[in-house]
Amino acid sequence: MANAQQTEHVGLARVLGPAHVWALGVGIVLVGEYMGWNFAVGKGGAYAALMACWFAGILYTCVAMIDSEVTSTVAAAGGQYTQAKHIVGPLMAFNVGLYLVFAYTMLEAANAITVGFLVDTVATMTGHEGGLDQRPFIILAIMFLAWLNYRGVLATLTFNLVITAIAFTAVIILFLATSGIFTTSPLQHKDLMSGPAALPYGWLGVLAAMHFGLWYYLGIEGTTQAAEEVRSPARSLPFGTLAGVMTLAIAATLTWYVSSGLMPWEYLGQAGVPLFDAARLSGSTFLMVLLGIGTLFATLASANGCINDASRAWFAMGRDRYLPGWFGAVHPRYRTPYRAIIFLVPIALIFALGAPIDQVITFSILSGLLEYTFMPLNIILFRKKWPLESIKRGYEHPFHPLPAYVLLGLCGITFFAVFLGYGTQLVAMIAFYIVVSLWFHFWRYRFVNRGAQFTMPWPKPRGY
Amino acid sequence: MAKYTAPVQSKIGQIVDVIVLLIMAIGALYIPLWMGMAGSSKEPVAIENPTWEALGQNPVMVGQWEKLGYSDPASAAELITARFDYSFSISSLIVMIVVIVGYYAILLRFSEKEYRDVIAEKFGE
Repeated sequence: MANAQQTEHVGLARVLGPAHVWALGVGIVLVGEYMGWNFAVGKGGAYAALMACWFAGILYTCVAMIDSEVTSTVAAAGGQYTQAKHIVGPLMAFNVGLYLVFAYTMLEAANAITVGFLVDTVATMTGHEGGLDQRPFIILAIMFLAWLNYRGVLATLTFNLVITAIAFTAVIILFLATSGIFTTSPLQHKDLMSGPAALPYGWLGVLAAMHFGLWYYLGIEGTTQAAEEVRSPARSLPFGTLAGVMTLAIAATLTWYVSSGLMPWEYLGQAGVPLFDAARLSGSTFLMVLLGIGTLFATLASANGCINDASRAWFAMGRDRYLPGWFGAVHPRYRTPYRAIIFLVPIALIFALGAPIDQVITFSILSGLLEYTFMPLNIILFRKKWPLESIKRGYEHPFHPLPAYVLLGLCGITFFAVFLGYGTQLVAMIAFYIVVSLWFHFWRYRFVNRGAQFTMPWPKPRGY
Repeated sequence: MAKYTAPVQSKIGQIVDVIVLLIMAIGALYIPLWMGMAGSSKEPVAIENPTWEALGQNPVMVGQWEKLGYSDPASAAELITARFDYSFSISSLIVMIVVIVGYYAILLRFSEKEYRDVIAEKFGE
């Protein structure tokens, strides 16, 4: 404990630029184009998945706009958690911190499952019979990335920058090679999406597809977790986040276009590695190898970013005593939240080794969705308590409060989409958050100092 | 407002708190899986001796299934016929809405109470 109190005063290192912010955001999310998005096809068909992709794009544009304004002002580790602490209140902050930890830890688990599945698929294609035991590869992926995070944030995110760029380039090359620009296109949208295959569940399927439509972008808001380690947060965070959303909207549309033109929707809707399958169907060995490498890199980059973000949220809560203070320690040499990093490893492993991927993804999406529902409340209260003239923002988002209301409406639709098919998880997860909120309010909060939680150099909020 | 001094939590207390939190989290996420309540009822429809035509697949679709390794319609039948069941009752929808709205209401109410203490101590009254 004494050691924790000494080390927690060592600050995190400010070493990151806008490119790292972009890489952190896109790196976490790009895997959504390599796996998981296609479950939206399973819930509503290919057209429904495309509509969900674009509506989810609007949702995330609102998220990025709102988040950029608040984060450019609240530039501290913990991202939305720290925002909630200063703007809404401690209990909301505690919940937001848990949303972040669970969204990213579940995403990390889903990535590790995909690594294992990819290795198994490649082994089968190369003649191995009977299937591989995927568990060693899952464990190895999580342990290696946790070690990388333990050693330092700059090396971690530089690694992410490189492998994210390769994975993104692979998507572009697949699109160019199959689009018909250079050679005859193998894409057959007309025949694969005709008749009942167009909208197999009707318009209800379009609504239902919004559930996994979030997967195209989920995690982009993680850029804010690095706020305390960015050299120029007011410039880098809005630039990196908004550039990330635009990158993902393009990559998501290209991914949908290529995949839906190569696979029947019934197959695509449950595929484990859809872009790798698309490359296989293109008939090009080069593309198949490239997209195999792309899938591996995308999953590693995402898991890497998830460990980075989840551990910082856990660390920030420990530092504030929302969780035991032992977690609020910074490594004296590497200056990373090493105890939080190590603690979250077995949790990721429990779910990566024991739960089906669509369930793990749904847990991640639900935590993300609860967080996005908090954001409109957050920005409305932020503008009310500190109007524009009261404190300087690094970035002011336009058309307030329209993005907040649009975001709230789209979150409501997505809750309904999750309810269609996964209602039990939805209720179970919210029941968990209600119980844990009561635990925090009536027990845990006694260990938290009151005024010390407010660390921003802001004037007193209006109305208090 | 008098300054609140938080008690220092013992090491055992810290460990107990983490265990309680872990049990609640893993329990909430895993109990639906263990009880078989998680996921939707995406059940395949059994078809005896299925053909590609009976499965609603046109020649282009059949070609892609074959490239994916499903040369026999029977091997793809389960994937093709599985459908989600989106039927629901109004009462279950209302329960969901009440749970979500109630959750945020609790959050905002308790947060506001705690926040007023924070602001009062930080800025004085």
